[in-house]
Amino acid sequence: MTNKNTDKFRVNFGPQHPAAHGVLRLILDLDGEVVERVEPHIGLLHRGTEKLIENKTYLQALPYFDRLDYVAPMNQEHAFTLAIEGLLNIEVPKRAQYIRVLYSEIGRILSHMINVPAQALDVGALTPTLWGWEEREKLMVFYERACGSRLHAAYFRTGGVHQDLEETLIEDIYNFCDPFLKVLDDLEGLLTNNRIFKQRNVDIGIVSKQDVLDWGLTGVMARGSGYHWDLRKTQPYEVYEELDFQIPVGKNGDNYDRYLIRVEECRQSVSIIKQVISKMNPGPIICDDKKVAPPKRSEMKASMEALIHHFKLYTEGYNVGPGDIYRAVEAPKGEFGVYLISDGSNKPYRCKIRAPGFAHLQAIDYLGKGYLLPDLSAILGSLDLVFGEVDR
Amino acid sequence: MYERKNYLELLDDIQSHPALNSLIIKHEVSAGDLSLHVANGDIYNVLKILRDDASFLFSQLSDLCGVDWPENEIRFEVVYNLLSMSNNSRIRIKSLTDDKNNIQSICKLFPCAEWYEREAYDLFGINFNGNKDLRRILTDYGFEGHPLRKDFPLTGYVEVRYDDDKKRVIYEPVELKQEYRNFDFESPWEGVKYPDDVLSDEALDDK
Repeated sequence: MTNKNTDKFRVNFGPQHPAAHGVLRLILDLDGEVVERVEPHIGLLHRGTEKLIENKTYLQALPYFDRLDYVAPMNQEHAFTLAIEGLLNIEVPKRAQYIRVLYSEIGRILSHMINVPAQALDVGALTPTLWGWEEREKLMVFYERACGSRLHAAYFRTGGVHQDLEETLIEDIYNFCDPFLKVLDDLEGLLTNNRIFKQRNVDIGIVSKQDVLDWGLTGVMARGSGYHWDLRKTQPYEVYEELDFQIPVGKNGDNYDRYLIRVEECRQSVSIIKQVISKMNPGPIICDDKKVAPPKRSEMKASMEALIHHFKLYTEGYNVGPGDIYRAVEAPKGEFGVYLISDGSNKPYRCKIRAPGFAHLQAIDYLGKGYLLPDLSAILGSLDLVFGEVDR
Repeated sequence: MYERKNYLELLDDIQSHPALNSLIIKHEVSAGDLSLHVANGDIYNVLKILRDDASFLFSQLSDLCGVDWPENEIRFEVVYNLLSMSNNSRIRIKSLTDDKNNIQSICKLFPCAEWYEREAYDLFGINFNGNKDLRRILTDYGFEGHPLRKDFPLTGYVEVRYDDDKKRVIYEPVELKQEYRNFDFESPWEGVKYPDDVLSDEALDDK
């Protein structure tokens, strides 16, 4: 053996790197091809979301949540509205709850349909990406038909949702389900027993049960290692308690298990969507508290009072009583939490966003150590990172 | 199957645990969430008990964040949100800190606290005793100031642009084409509860 030190070097991975899933800069200490240390530099997409929220009314702050994890926007809004509703102590009408669950599950599929193919792309498979994006495109249209925009929805409002869904839209969502399951089967046909995919993912990036606790890993990262933990089941919100669905749990905590869980979660989401559609009845879609929810257009034409409420709600907004609250939802990537402090005014005093990706990325140094450089991009793929939420 | 331990049961358990109860300054409940106030020197011990004691098992740190209260004697508050998967419960620990009263780092208890503490250092300038890697994390390389402090302007102090002559990105003081408008609502809305200072006679006279 010659001098060992000649094999050691330090490389920059990113900030512009196709396998970095966004603007991530990793500084890697390599020994040959073996990774010895990973130092992530984040914040390249930092937009000061929390500072901006402190200077906006609650309604104006809502759209910032779409820009966090921008592959599943409504799931983020959900946590924020749940926190406000918790402080205001508002009951959300049944139909609005069903709509929220419906769109949260669409968000889950949206997110998994980008992550599963991206993980495959990281290990060299191109076709799943094309198929996944095609399905995403259909779901984005459902977003657009519900709220008018494909990405930045601002749809989950305090007390309910912004607009009601048309019957034809609900029908189309239902008709989307079965063909999508077929696509999912095809996708699995490409990957699940694919020798290359398995060689690159089985036994790579193993997360133990203790690691989950130490590094604050949640969602698929925790379930992959055998925790039967899903906030939709364990700390149910909205109507999840009434719905019948299973929580897929992994055994080995490796990349491959996490891939399998994501695919199965898509199937469960489809089942939830079908159940929600069959249970949904016509009714109000936002609470009737006039100091929180805006009046209907038609009322404003006839009622002076309604006009005043509308004006005040869209200028001053509503005041939220003093207090603090932490509310979390099971976002596709893990536990997405909002810690909100209100001082009683119409703006949040402090709004801390707990993004699952932040904790997951932090663990990369620990998880990536000792693996080969190409494995690192496979691990990165299975962590399911979106830098909108990591950098905030 | 998924029983949740509510804050009353949790509070009972805490109060019947003498070692822990003696470290708690006060507790408060907001919207069903239990918060404990703890002195900044005790934070490590309190979290250790909460993590390891069989009746609590708060083994995951969900979140750690700073809060700025400029009018308070001790300016910053650090808030820890903990989760116990075994008992299906959450708890919040709060502790005050500033330059003179440093807070202990809890990296040894929860490795994931390292980045959260870096974030609190970056955005608020809170120092954590014992965190060996207290660098900036979210802001730009070479950034000055702590942006989430209440006295830091929303627009910041510098802006960046690409300079075609120098062929590089340069920093310049922020220039606003229009002054930042912070609207005040002069006619309070009937039937809405406002914080006391908004409706006080003095505040209304000013308007």
